[in-house]
Amino acid sequence: MRPAGRGETDSLYFDYPHFPPPSARERLSAPCPVAIVGAGPVGMTAALALAREGVASVLLDAKSTFNDGSRAICVSRSSFRILDRIGALAPFLDKALPWTTGRSFYRGQQILEFDMPDGPGEKFRPMYNIQQQFIEQYLWDAVAREPLIDARWQSRVTGVTDTPSGVTLQVSDPMGSYDLPANWVLAADGARSTLRGLRGLRLRGENYEGRYVIADVRMRHEYPTIRRALFDPDCRRGGTVLVHRQPDDIWRIDYQLRDGEDEAEAIREDTVRASVAAVLGEIGHSGDWELEWWSIYSANTLALDDYRDGRIIFIGDSAHIVPIFGVRGLNNGLADADNIGWKLGWVLRGDAPETLLDSYTPERRGATLDVFTNASKSARFMTPPSPGWQLMRDAALNLALTHPFAGELANPRQMAAYTYADSPVIQPDSPGCEGGPVPGAFLPEARVGDGFLSDLAGPGFTLLLFDETAAAAYADLGLTVATVPTASEAARLLAADRSSAYLLRPDTHIAARWRHPTPALVRDALRLALTGEPA
Amino acid sequence: MTPSEVETVYEALARQIDATPPNLRELFLAKLTLLLAHELGDAIRVTHLVTEAAQSLDA
Repeated sequence: MRPAGRGETDSLYFDYPHFPPPSARERLSAPCPVAIVGAGPVGMTAALALAREGVASVLLDAKSTFNDGSRAICVSRSSFRILDRIGALAPFLDKALPWTTGRSFYRGQQILEFDMPDGPGEKFRPMYNIQQQFIEQYLWDAVAREPLIDARWQSRVTGVTDTPSGVTLQVSDPMGSYDLPANWVLAADGARSTLRGLRGLRLRGENYEGRYVIADVRMRHEYPTIRRALFDPDCRRGGTVLVHRQPDDIWRIDYQLRDGEDEAEAIREDTVRASVAAVLGEIGHSGDWELEWWSIYSANTLALDDYRDGRIIFIGDSAHIVPIFGVRGLNNGLADADNIGWKLGWVLRGDAPETLLDSYTPERRGATLDVFTNASKSARFMTPPSPGWQLMRDAALNLALTHPFAGELANPRQMAAYTYADSPVIQPDSPGCEGGPVPGAFLPEARVGDGFLSDLAGPGFTLLLFDETAAAAYADLGLTVATVPTASEAARLLAADRSSAYLLRPDTHIAARWRHPTPALVRDALRLALTGEPA
Repeated sequence: MTPSEVETVYEALARQIDATPPNLRELFLAKLTLLLAHELGDAIRVTHLVTEAAQSLDA
């Protein structure tokens, strides 16, 4: 929502583009390997991930522009690696505000300062703040450059029919309606997914009590890019407030509504202005400010039982809704897109059997369930659901004023990449491997020479060795083979000695590792990683 | 802890509960519990004691 007199996309600082429906009409019904429904950040990332594998897609969106408002603003380190690998990174690095630190306050007094892990060995900072419309703009710039992606705006899916070779979508735009046959469909159409509805599928899980208003204001305010959480502040007794800095002097203010506070009343412009003014008073801002945009949300943990329904695969919010505490909504959606992007690419290219796709739900739904566990803890702290949780939360905050250990309970447990330990395409750990990341883990980062460990990963699978004389034996496996110096920070981080090896997937998750590899063992692991069939 | 030491704690608690406004007594006791648990440094022992303290409350 925006102040009276301003349209839905009438922003103080961002010019929303206007996209017409496709003008060339003659080939709209040409069969495509993949149709992606929804050109938000997740759908665009999936299209770019597929293009990276050489696979063409049709990208459909019902709107004529990007999503309104700043929405998801925290992009994690692991997402930056994904943006890097799909070739969209540069403008994000220029625009986004990196941060490592969070501060929590109780009744105006700081009770916790936490730092997320960072250091010179990391290529990216733990977190970046950037408005969603910039995320969409920069992904769109990459999509528009990519000849393999046929993007169609103002194109609404109105029906879906299974066919022997895939799915046919009924698509409607202002100039007409047509059928679009696709071998596969990626449903990236958000929390209120049309495709989920057309398929009669339901998200299951829990709704939490707490409701928050999120409001963006533009103001000159001197404070570093540090996330602030205000518990029980004077401006909102009994509630919680979050404050985030965004690029272009935009500040995000999230504040919790009181129990029984009327929602319609709470989102009225004058109510929002009064609530925001009270928060700004609390954080010591006395200058001018302008109201840019606001919205309301409640914390939910909801997911589909199976992220795949025949030839339709659900990615992002269409498959799962998570509470914002811990910033995992968008970041998990981007990881979904990256995961299905390379797998579907390999299947459509004929380099992997369709069974590879059976690993998508266990890996990505596993990540969602892990988020539920962590986010539920955060949600219970931010908005205690019952008297017991409320009392203990208040006791912890009160104790934290004098005893820092209690303040740690306010640590929001930020996003970290999920380890696919129970995946059918991840090999169980090999004998003798101790320490370092286990199979299924996201490759940790370290300095290697002038670059970083993740830079060694090729476009497909990569074998990391620690003895360059061993590389020749693996030359004919169709892998990128890279050697890491034994006496390096990277080798220490991977707990590797001269004879060790790590097999990386295209998404830089570890498929297998060994203390004593052989070409035959690596070949078997590669088959497992692509088929789910053990040797 | 000797019976006399237990009595010292008992009396200190009774006095502090009385000195705490009724609407803050629960908060005080919850806070004290967290503090004692942290000093004890044994989460399993504490969770057992939580269960133990909950027994016979309506005896």
